[in-house]
Amino acid sequence: MHKLLNEQSIPAREYDMVKFSENDLAKVQEIVAHYPDGKQKSALLPVLHLAQDTFGGWLSSETMDYVASLLQIEPIEVYEVATFYSMYHLKPVGKYVFEVCQTGPCMLRGCDDIIQYITQTLGIRAGETTADGLFTLKTVECLGACGYAPMMQLGKYYREHLTKEKVDAIIAECRKTAAEQN
Amino acid sequence: MSEQPLLTVTIDNITVQVPAGTSILQAARKIGGDVAPPAMCVYSKLEGSGGKCRTCLVEVSKGSEKDPRPMPKLVASCRTNVMDGMEVKNITSPRVTDARAGVVEFLLINHPLDCPICDQAGECHLQDLSYEHGKEGTRYEFQRRTFKQHDLGPYIQLHMTRCILCYRCVYTADQLTNKREHGILDRGDHSEIATLIEKSLENNFIGNVIDVCPVGALTDKTFRFKNRVWFLKPENAHRECPDCCGKVTLWNRGDEVFRVTARKDEWGEVESLADGSTAWICNTCRFEKKKSSDWVIEGPRKISRHSVISQGHYEGKVGTTVPTEIFSAVHGGRNPKLLMDIHSVSEVNRPEIQLSQIAGPSTGNDFTTGKD
Amino acid sequence: MGMKLLLEKAHVEGIRHFEAYRREGGYRSVEKALKEMSPEAIVEEVKKSGLRGRGGAGFPAGMKWSFIAKPEGVPRHLVCNADESEPGTFKDRYLMEFLPHLLLEGLIVSSYALGSHATYIYIRGEYAWIATILETAIAEAKANGMLGNNILGSGFDCEIYVHRGAGAYICGEETALIESLEGKRGNPRIKPPFPAIQGVWMRPTVVNNVETLAAVVPIINMGGEEYAKIGVGKSTGTKLISACGNINKPGVYEIDMTISVEEFIYSDEYCGGIANGKRLKACIPGGSSVPILPANLLLKTAKGETRFMNYESLSDGGFASGSMMGSGGFIVLDEDQCIVKNTYTLARFYRHESCGQCSPCREGTGWMEKILWRLENGEGKETDIDLLWDIQRRIEGNTICPLGDAAAWPVAAAIRHFRDEFEWHVREPQEAKRRNYGLAHYADPIHVPVAG
Repeated sequence: MHKLLNEQSIPAREYDMVKFSENDLAKVQEIVAHYPDGKQKSALLPVLHLAQDTFGGWLSSETMDYVASLLQIEPIEVYEVATFYSMYHLKPVGKYVFEVCQTGPCMLRGCDDIIQYITQTLGIRAGETTADGLFTLKTVECLGACGYAPMMQLGKYYREHLTKEKVDAIIAECRKTAAEQN
Repeated sequence: MSEQPLLTVTIDNITVQVPAGTSILQAARKIGGDVAPPAMCVYSKLEGSGGKCRTCLVEVSKGSEKDPRPMPKLVASCRTNVMDGMEVKNITSPRVTDARAGVVEFLLINHPLDCPICDQAGECHLQDLSYEHGKEGTRYEFQRRTFKQHDLGPYIQLHMTRCILCYRCVYTADQLTNKREHGILDRGDHSEIATLIEKSLENNFIGNVIDVCPVGALTDKTFRFKNRVWFLKPENAHRECPDCCGKVTLWNRGDEVFRVTARKDEWGEVESLADGSTAWICNTCRFEKKKSSDWVIEGPRKISRHSVISQGHYEGKVGTTVPTEIFSAVHGGRNPKLLMDIHSVSEVNRPEIQLSQIAGPSTGNDFTTGKD
Repeated sequence: MGMKLLLEKAHVEGIRHFEAYRREGGYRSVEKALKEMSPEAIVEEVKKSGLRGRGGAGFPAGMKWSFIAKPEGVPRHLVCNADESEPGTFKDRYLMEFLPHLLLEGLIVSSYALGSHATYIYIRGEYAWIATILETAIAEAKANGMLGNNILGSGFDCEIYVHRGAGAYICGEETALIESLEGKRGNPRIKPPFPAIQGVWMRPTVVNNVETLAAVVPIINMGGEEYAKIGVGKSTGTKLISACGNINKPGVYEIDMTISVEEFIYSDEYCGGIANGKRLKACIPGGSSVPILPANLLLKTAKGETRFMNYESLSDGGFASGSMMGSGGFIVLDEDQCIVKNTYTLARFYRHESCGQCSPCREGTGWMEKILWRLENGEGKETDIDLLWDIQRRIEGNTICPLGDAAAWPVAAAIRHFRDEFEWHVREPQEAKRRNYGLAHYADPIHVPVAG
């Protein structure tokens, strides 16, 4: 999957474009300070989160190389980690990523219907992004909100006890926010 | 070190004494034969390797003299150290043989079984493992896992479908080169060896990943499809190399050097040198020195007679001595009629040419003296 | 009303912040521990309390603490495992979201007991907002002298850092968590060495679950012996149960481990019965990896005795007719649920979460998922059921870490107790696509042979 990085048609980014602001660099410094001297690699996961949030919601190879240079580790060490953890996106994603849980407890509470409803409403299947680049639908495994099922993650927060009406409301809310930002 | 008392361990009812810090696998290899569990991922020359493939699982039926309780689970013998008085069951334990058959099956369900076109065939540890510990047939009825081609440059050919994820090549790059450029990407059954962005691996010692790879996942591109290993004649040779020990095995056919590898011991690991270091070789020796004249030939290499490679190998007197027994003699006087003399029914075999009289592996030239 | 030691104050206004938490009696255990007790005495109290690890394995916490190596000049670390990812389990999230200071209080006391000056909370990446809550709480605690240098004038220094994971169930395994904390892939380590000897950065490390560390607070406040009086047998203290599935009141409940399973499911104080007036079919009582039990074996043991919500009673009968307390993720299935489908989703989960390091788990989980998919979609064969059994049998116990067992057990238990439902899927594939097998005989009373 990650090898698609080579082939995607989006224009290659200038390496210079991938650069943290002074403010973010200070954050990186602070994160690195949490770990013993010489163990700055430990900061990799948190710094990748920061990088993903900062550089367009996904991790390009340039972004990962930049993180490697910041933490003074080999790029392959970053690739190995970024491809291991499911929260890092290695391809561009929509502005809003619906990550709907589909594991046992959510299935018992009808997550299949919710996934199907989102599929119909947005016209995309799991793993796809809408043509306008607003929404990506992903099915994910247990997010630890089993008592509040069915649920999904949207950005930093969980949306729980989903119903079709709630899904409609969330989509409308996202569209509204996006329109306001433009 | 030498003052340390030796520990006594019994494996499959055979007792050996080993120094503290020896793994069960090493102790079993000291006994040798079937007592040594098969091992696909551990590599004694690579720190941190082992524990992953689970083929070397054994049963510890007695923990030690001090604490004789058996270990509840089977343990990976490569990563479990011997205790004094320990008793281990390998092939004498039905639990072990059953679990091992399971591991072999797991390793094979997604393996392409493309031995006929695989350069590793004949020296593949997975082939040996499945032959010795597996079952014929498969119960797997789904599509096998495939990966997209991933190019590692002019020297190393990667076939990810054959990989068993032993991690040896990762440790090799970590421990032999100054900068690792490939690694394990993704996770679970999608894990793969790759560089993310296709990148040519060209570190001067990276070629050693070919020697440590137990299967045909990493093979020598300069040798690819050139010849079958069992048609080649392994010879020890050396040269003055500024970068490495220069001690190699040449794989020849006639005078032609087909490939160069490090020298491997009976467990398939690169040998140790007299000073205790490992005889890793550099890319120059491996890929660039393909002429006999580049090397000082030391002589033929000893090959286990069980290995398919030994079939083309002429160390000793095979090929020059005709066995004295005649057929009826070895069959206790019987001369079964069902066994016919193939020379009398087939032209292909050229009855006029005595195969056993040909010195060394036969070549096309040996057969041109006939009717043609 | 059951006794509450952890969640009693969960809904007090403002309890998420230091001021309210302190006003309600918070941080008393820190004062007591740092001013009156030696680290050894704290370990002793925890041992006396009989507290068992709340993450799933149930290993005695005090004993685990006593294993930590103390080589001269090497720092030690306490790591809080907040990588809660076992399907059905969401108790730690609740505790951290509502009572972040309770966790910090437990962490400070435990850090003092173990000599950890830098303590880490490894929280699953998806709980992003909870990480923020914890960071706020840490800043508050620090501003009030509960963290930092020379805490309460005791001379003890301690910092707590929040480390966010990034989506990997396997990082709940303590050595995988340690690898992840070091910025690596979450591949479990091969033991030995154990973390207590060589853990994070090769330093002695103790990894404990959130709830375990929070429970240290009442243990110090009331004394280990008093704590041990709560509960029954080796199930001391209180336990958080996260109940979900087809029940009227899903949520997190604190129980004192003396109530029966039946009471837990049907009483209004807890789950409030099965949703929509349906009947109970089955239950996974301790998080998705523990064996599923049909209704008849859940409420009563094979001996016909009432089953209680504690470690011993839930595992009564072994895997043949019992299950496990596990992490306390209580998943209830009503009569309309399909066991095959449920097993399939769990198999898919474990396949997704396998790290891929060792062969039985890497290959076996995917194989099981494919066969279960085929069974669920009406393409299964009679032999598939035995094949599944054989695969899980060869995964179990043969892997580096317990994820292999966790993947094998649900499949084994589903076949063990619900084999006829699997067979029905094979024999009536068209019917199985249209409807579920239903409750069938799974709630019928079991014949109990008379002893003697």
